[in-house]
Amino acid sequence: MNMKQKHVITRRRAIITGLTSLGGLLLSGCFKKPLPPTYGNILRMGDNLTYLAQRSLLSQRALAMEYEKSDITSFPATGNTNPADPKTPASYSKEYQQLQQNNFKDWALSVEGNVAKPGKYSLDDLKKLAQRTQITRHTCEEGWSAIAEWTGVPLGLLLQSAGILPNARFVSFYGYDNYAESIDMLDALHPQTILAYNMNGENLPVQHGAPVRLRVEAQIGYKSVKYVHRIVVTDKFIDAAGDGPAGWSWYVGI
Amino acid sequence: MADVRHKRWVKGAHFIITFSFLALTISGFVILMAHPRLYWGKAGNDLTPALFELPVSRNYHHGGWDKSVPFYHTAGSAVSAARTYDIFNENGWGRSMHFLAGWFLVITGLVYLLAGIFGGHFRNNLVPGGKEFRLKLLWLDFLSHFHKQVPTAGKSPRYGLLQKCTYLAVIFFLLPLVVLTGMTMSPAITASYPFLLKMFFGEESARTIHFFAAVALLLFLVVHVVMVIRSGFKQNILAITFGK
Repeated sequence: MNMKQKHVITRRRAIITGLTSLGGLLLSGCFKKPLPPTYGNILRMGDNLTYLAQRSLLSQRALAMEYEKSDITSFPATGNTNPADPKTPASYSKEYQQLQQNNFKDWALSVEGNVAKPGKYSLDDLKKLAQRTQITRHTCEEGWSAIAEWTGVPLGLLLQSAGILPNARFVSFYGYDNYAESIDMLDALHPQTILAYNMNGENLPVQHGAPVRLRVEAQIGYKSVKYVHRIVVTDKFIDAAGDGPAGWSWYVGI
Repeated sequence: MADVRHKRWVKGAHFIITFSFLALTISGFVILMAHPRLYWGKAGNDLTPALFELPVSRNYHHGGWDKSVPFYHTAGSAVSAARTYDIFNENGWGRSMHFLAGWFLVITGLVYLLAGIFGGHFRNNLVPGGKEFRLKLLWLDFLSHFHKQVPTAGKSPRYGLLQKCTYLAVIFFLLPLVVLTGMTMSPAITASYPFLLKMFFGEESARTIHFFAAVALLLFLVVHVVMVIRSGFKQNILAITFGK
């Protein structure tokens, strides 16, 4: 009898257990690295809640607003704007410099990780798959925005052609400028998530990520990695950007 | 007349919203410092004309842009230019703090709205009675706030006419406006609810309206604090916090 009574869940214990597990849920993955620059343990709780709320309350198939040609605006090039420039060593890539000298003819995108057929895709391979053109708004975390026309291959089609394995959950993108980001499968398979090789009807300029950049239209601009050369599909969560000096949130649908 | 005190949930909501509003103001200002230019329309950036610019950080008029390259061969074509200036940007923590505080404001605000509607708080304490609301009375009440002596407030939510109207405007207009225009800047939310972009004339217009709504809320805060001090600071603070 006594044994049994000890297992009775009191209201207080239930509340404490609930609060502890909720805290654990919100804090999970935040203790990887010391503060700063993540400021993560406390401030990231809001971002994690935003991720949960946006994934559960919003439509995951809704398309971001598409605009008319007449809406296209000027477009600042920010972040890294030339990985071929040795004067900016943090974003310099010798390989990129050589590819650029040859007009990216030898460029190839490596698709790796949890896919049935890992391999390399040339620009022509990508163009043969399928193409989508969209006039969308790039919303920068700084506060400005710009509208441009992008043409590229839907990421979902590329991943399908490489054969997504059932345990695939996240996709990481690595740029020649040493920048990287990762997104979940919902954003990866979103119809407007494309690997763009054209901007405003011309080849993608170097400033904007030549020869191929990612476009994630349902998130803020910094998720749209420029100069992509490697894509890795993973079954585990990887914050490919790491806790960089900017300390940006991993999910940034707002 | 029995003295009605502030309800406990009203005090709690006031407390949480006060602190989230302060956190939102600080982080909002930090976010504004990263790009102190405001626009009207669907999009706007350093290479397009601004509505106005605010001298609030070294990013103001920094002019650090490389030569412009046109996208098209037509006159007046949209252009691109690379940034050559290391801007002030503390949005890593600024944005995260803003959205964390935003969650506190939105969740508390929703609970407050529901409790206020169904608990009678709005009906009993905030909406002016049938004969109470006259424009002339509102004007007289407005003028009376400039007198040297302000009547001491009680411990109860028995508000004056101007006070009621101001609180209603803050609760039902300014706060919803600032939340909705904030959401209109979110690519994920506007994908699901594109009417927000139409309602506020585009993402950058929403940002500008968000700024003005925040300024209006700050003005309200200043007047509110001044009136709290003038009408008996100690008693007012006790009435809205831990006082009996």
